[in-house]
Amino acid sequence: MAECDLKLLGMWASPFVIRVRMMLEEKGLSYEYIEQDVFNKSELLLKHNPTYQKVPVLIHGDRDICESLVILEYIDENWFGIGPPVLPATPYERAIARFWAAYIEDKLLLSFIGILRAATEEVKAEKIAETHTILEMLEGAFKKCSAGKGFFGGDSIGYLDVTLGSYLTWIKAAERISGAKLLDETKMPLLVEWEKRFLAADCAKKTLPSVDQLEKHARNLQVTRWKVASAN
Amino acid sequence: MAGSGNSEVKLLGAWASPYVARARIALNLKEVQYEFLEEQFGTKSELLLKSNPIYKKIPVLIHDDKPICESLIIVQYIDEVWVSSGPALMPADAYDRALHRFWAVYIDDKFVPALFGMMRAPTEEAKAESKEQALASLQLLEEAFGKISKGKPFFGGDTIGYLDVALGAFVGWMKAFEEMNGFKLLDDAKTPLLCAWAENFCNNEVVGAVIPETAKLVELAKVMQARFKSAPPAN
Repeated sequence: MAECDLKLLGMWASPFVIRVRMMLEEKGLSYEYIEQDVFNKSELLLKHNPTYQKVPVLIHGDRDICESLVILEYIDENWFGIGPPVLPATPYERAIARFWAAYIEDKLLLSFIGILRAATEEVKAEKIAETHTILEMLEGAFKKCSAGKGFFGGDSIGYLDVTLGSYLTWIKAAERISGAKLLDETKMPLLVEWEKRFLAADCAKKTLPSVDQLEKHARNLQVTRWKVASAN
Repeated sequence: MAGSGNSEVKLLGAWASPYVARARIALNLKEVQYEFLEEQFGTKSELLLKSNPIYKKIPVLIHDDKPICESLIIVQYIDEVWVSSGPALMPADAYDRALHRFWAVYIDDKFVPALFGMMRAPTEEAKAESKEQALASLQLLEEAFGKISKGKPFFGGDTIGYLDVALGAFVGWMKAFEEMNGFKLLDDAKTPLLCAWAENFCNNEVVGAVIPETAKLVELAKVMQARFKSAPPAN
């Protein structure tokens, strides 16, 4: 592992944190991971991300880098040539990757959290349909970006793989809790294949929480913060 | 003429859109010849619907028939493609680039919604809240400018950079809101650095050609406000 003065402030369940850890793992960069209590923010977090007071924060020497997608680009540029690239090689492919990452950020989280927060069966069904639509769009994105290869990044795991991949356990937890299939092989077969490939990678195995752990966490959030009855 | 041989560049946009202005300023700074296709207010052309089926929004840059969407993504694309024309928009150092990107995200996340929130606010209370958020954002951007510019006129240093374009494209609308609401967003007392920056930015030739006249934006804002008041609530 490459030695560098790196610390990451994170939270075990956060997909924003997980994607940064995945990329650091892929690049073989070692770092000190410091778990944060996001409901009782530490001095460290307030000091290194005063603007948003959120995780992840990458602390590289005396530099603070915040916002997961900004961190991924920083990792790409600062450690270019070490391990696989984060972003694709050409400006057009990069624009496409950035577009889909922004799309995922804009739509996906709200959608499947919406399933978990739904107060009625009607709203739940709506949110499930919404999530399917989004994943179907991403099926198309995968076809285009992978160009027949195994990952959004082509031969290796990259920016878009970790951006979406960091949500996989949450999606599984939402499937368990709602009883609905979200990543459905009949609707998005390429993504389902990609999911299997991605979950087999070291970076996924080392950073994603277990579905059991996350399901428990999600059910707890349903009851304590979202005030929704947790389904059986 | 900059660009690779006979590459064809089109920009779908509208004169008043600050997001479109970002793309136009970047193209102009990089001396790219392009065809500006103006969308009519209230309608969406076939080309727009085809080029940006997901969001159906402007700007869309079409380079050799390939569409690129989202203003900040377009600006980075322009910087990366026309790399040997005009100064670089993104700084050279990875950390400086991270700072430019971080604050551009902040602008879209916090500042712009507050700015337009003042126009769209359904109640006086909501309007006051938006105003407060807009002023607070500018205060943070003032501090950021101090650190990032390192005493030079722009976020990009001696020349206009990515973050200058990201924020500067909104200066026209900021002036319009100042006029309509009778208070200063950029204030010599509170945000002196940004005041000087805004003047330097607008004095740049290629920028001056893109930022619309304040009076025209005020007129448009009044039309839009009337529509918001009579229209059903948006999604």
